[in-house]
Amino acid sequence: MSESPAFAALSRRQALAGALSLGMTVEFVGRSAFAAADGAMTTQKLVVVICRGGMDGLSVSPPVGDPNYAALRGPIAIPGFDQPGGALKLDDTFGLHPALASVHRLVLKGEARIAPAVASPDRARSHFEAQDVLENGATAAYGTDSGWLNRALQAMGPGKVKAISVGATAPLILRGGVEAASWSPGPGAGRDPRLPGILQDLYAKDPMLSRALASGMATQAMAKVANADAAAALTQADDATGMASPAAPSPSMSAPTEGAAVQAALRQGVPAARKLGATLAGFMIQPGGPQLAAVSIDGFDTHANQGSSQGQLANRLAYLDAALDGLADGMGPAWQETAVVVVTEFGRTAHVNGTNGTDHGTGSTALLLGGALKKGGIVGDWPTLAPARLFEARDTAPSLDMRALFKGLLAAQYGLDRRALDAVVFPDSAAVSPLGGIVA
Amino acid sequence: MALDRNLAAAIAVTRFGLGAKPGEIVAARTDPEGWLLAQVRPGAGADQPSPGEATSAARVLEFRDYQRERQAAKASGQVFDPVKFARTLIIDDAGADFLARTQLAATTDADFRERWALFWCNHFTVSATKLQTATLVGPFEQEAIRPHVFGRFEDMLVASSSHPGMQLYLDQAQSVGPDTMAASYLARGGKTAGLNENLAREILELHTVGVDAGYTQADVTEFARAMTGWSIGGLKESDDVAGKFKFRPAAHEPGARTIMGKRYAEGGRDQALAVMKELAASPHTAHHLAVKLARHFVADDPPPALVATLERSYLATGGDLAQLARTLVKAPEAWSPEARKFKTPYEFLVSSWRVAGVSPQTLPDIGPILNSLGQKPFSAPSPKGWPEDGEIWCAPDAVIKRMAWAQTLAATSLNGRDPSQLAADALGARLTPLVATAIARAETREEGLAILLMSPEFQRR
Repeated sequence: MSESPAFAALSRRQALAGALSLGMTVEFVGRSAFAAADGAMTTQKLVVVICRGGMDGLSVSPPVGDPNYAALRGPIAIPGFDQPGGALKLDDTFGLHPALASVHRLVLKGEARIAPAVASPDRARSHFEAQDVLENGATAAYGTDSGWLNRALQAMGPGKVKAISVGATAPLILRGGVEAASWSPGPGAGRDPRLPGILQDLYAKDPMLSRALASGMATQAMAKVANADAAAALTQADDATGMASPAAPSPSMSAPTEGAAVQAALRQGVPAARKLGATLAGFMIQPGGPQLAAVSIDGFDTHANQGSSQGQLANRLAYLDAALDGLADGMGPAWQETAVVVVTEFGRTAHVNGTNGTDHGTGSTALLLGGALKKGGIVGDWPTLAPARLFEARDTAPSLDMRALFKGLLAAQYGLDRRALDAVVFPDSAAVSPLGGIVA
Repeated sequence: MALDRNLAAAIAVTRFGLGAKPGEIVAARTDPEGWLLAQVRPGAGADQPSPGEATSAARVLEFRDYQRERQAAKASGQVFDPVKFARTLIIDDAGADFLARTQLAATTDADFRERWALFWCNHFTVSATKLQTATLVGPFEQEAIRPHVFGRFEDMLVASSSHPGMQLYLDQAQSVGPDTMAASYLARGGKTAGLNENLAREILELHTVGVDAGYTQADVTEFARAMTGWSIGGLKESDDVAGKFKFRPAAHEPGARTIMGKRYAEGGRDQALAVMKELAASPHTAHHLAVKLARHFVADDPPPALVATLERSYLATGGDLAQLARTLVKAPEAWSPEARKFKTPYEFLVSSWRVAGVSPQTLPDIGPILNSLGQKPFSAPSPKGWPEDGEIWCAPDAVIKRMAWAQTLAATSLNGRDPSQLAADALGARLTPLVATAIARAETREEGLAILLMSPEFQRR
């Protein structure tokens, strides 16, 4: 299934040669050569995963030890640690959703932590406003039309760190003055090798198309290597853990003889998610590859029938878990330089609603992962679910501004200073200090 | 219109319409504005992609049958793959709806009318991202939106809010007033029941006044209370009720409500109607719709003068959408020569098929490519619908995928035709010498067509 290293290297060279002949990726190739030679260039990695729709923090990291949790949650409560389908234990109060088994494994290794009461500065409980604020890094929705990750790239200095987003569309968080790559699985650029060069000439006066095509062709050149790396890493991880094939993507998966667990995993897109995570890692570990990435996962808006250990939300979390697992495996040794943060635009109501779901709320859980992390318990204070402590008598009260988390990661991974963080990356945010002590 | 008539004709067909079929720009040349105005059809609404097809109620009954079969299979210990069954249902029904809608877009002569309809379908988004709504998006568009696109906005708002598609998509069908007989009945039966504010919030934020109108969480909750009772017939009710709009008095929260400073007396079903009437008439709604229309038709950063013109028209006519369409067509700012809109994936595919003179024949002709370009059929990512911003759709990966697809279409549809002629057909006076030369110099005809489809002039409108 996996290509031999020699073949991978050959195809990469061919791909680069192809890109080079178009005359548009010289800078890209030059920079990667430089990067390989210059050890001083940063290799620290940061991945931001946005779970869209308002991910229910009280299910992601259920505070099953909180005396009010079970009553507030009723039929959608995640059962306690020792019960069937129960939470995976973190400490006396918190567990992880049982679908997040890979994340839990990382927790046990000291490579993952939770921040259980995080929120952006937005309080409108509107998906679109809240996602906008999460991504633009401003204090209000529609405050700026560039994303904070893009401004962070600018602040690091031109060309120092490159970024990639996964998906067919460009997320706001990476939009702005610095060009970012984007990638999603697909058939490549087509059969006509002349076409990209012809089009690049036609795009001379259309910077949006011109930048997109140049970046897309450069990424295509890297994709072959990334795919091969991912396949090798997943095979190796599966061999090491003795895992059965559920998570390993292979054409034979569709065979009807596979067990029910495999079928369920397939339905939830688990193998595809794991491959996606590993391939993203494959890009990020290449010399001159992107060190910074943004990934979106949607489907977290669980107003009705959200389920408990199993069900709608559990399926989305299984997908998230697989993507993170693939990312960790795909990074290999580079995992030790990697920090991943998983955030959502807002949490959901503490109380189950009338339709066995939850409505738009405020505080939610952020997940922190990566070998670069410092070991430790929960990040930030836990306000508890005591009635008097709920925000506006309905939501998890936020105890940590997500910008503090982001600032802490950017400062630790890339050395960005307060001046840049407070004014440029996150405008008007001097009052929000970078959270220290999360990266070793 | 001070524009050259050739250029005006090209703009009419490519910007207001869905892209030129061969001969279309020539046909519009006599009177570009009149060509558009003739497509506005008060009283008759938009065209229907699959006339006489299944109604939403029938689709709900199908869903019920699916659930029954699943339960029966479970009870008897039979092997029943619900996912396979549901997938068949979804591909058969929703797939057929989407194919019919795309074929209409790829072939219609009234392509401004269809673009206008698609705008409103996106404004009132119902997405197939939930299992219950997977087969209801097509019927929703056909029943709640298309008949009203040249009628009054208020009527479309009510039709949307009461439609089973929207009711299920935004969880309104199950919302129960906390102080009602229905709530206490359900509580006695051990079931939780209560308010679900999802639809009420999105009507305010997305469908009418917009997020900047100054309403509060309390207004949302009050509106959600007024909406209680608006529901659909349940799956256990008789066939003539199941899946159709139904007002449930026992679930309606009693009492007067105050929303955005205005008091609404108790009125049962009509209480929410009164709120919607007020919302539809609000200047905030006029502004919100005007901005969205200008952004859709002209530029991501819309000209303020055009927004003001549309806003005035909406308020002066009481939300008459036929008048609004005419106002748009007559506004000089809408005809700026510069093509500033970057086509969405659906627009790009449809316009490509139109110029190539082919229409997709099966779902696999459409589904996979739309998926990979980020616009999965009938599956907008949120109630906000598909975004407008060019920067979102012009991601590097998407441009690579457009380029690969353009080559495939060229290889399968050209049949020896001259790409230079197709370029003239597709862009008329918008075709630049640079692109025309590149097409003329192409190594193969197929390459020529791919260049046309990927040219800046064709990618934009």
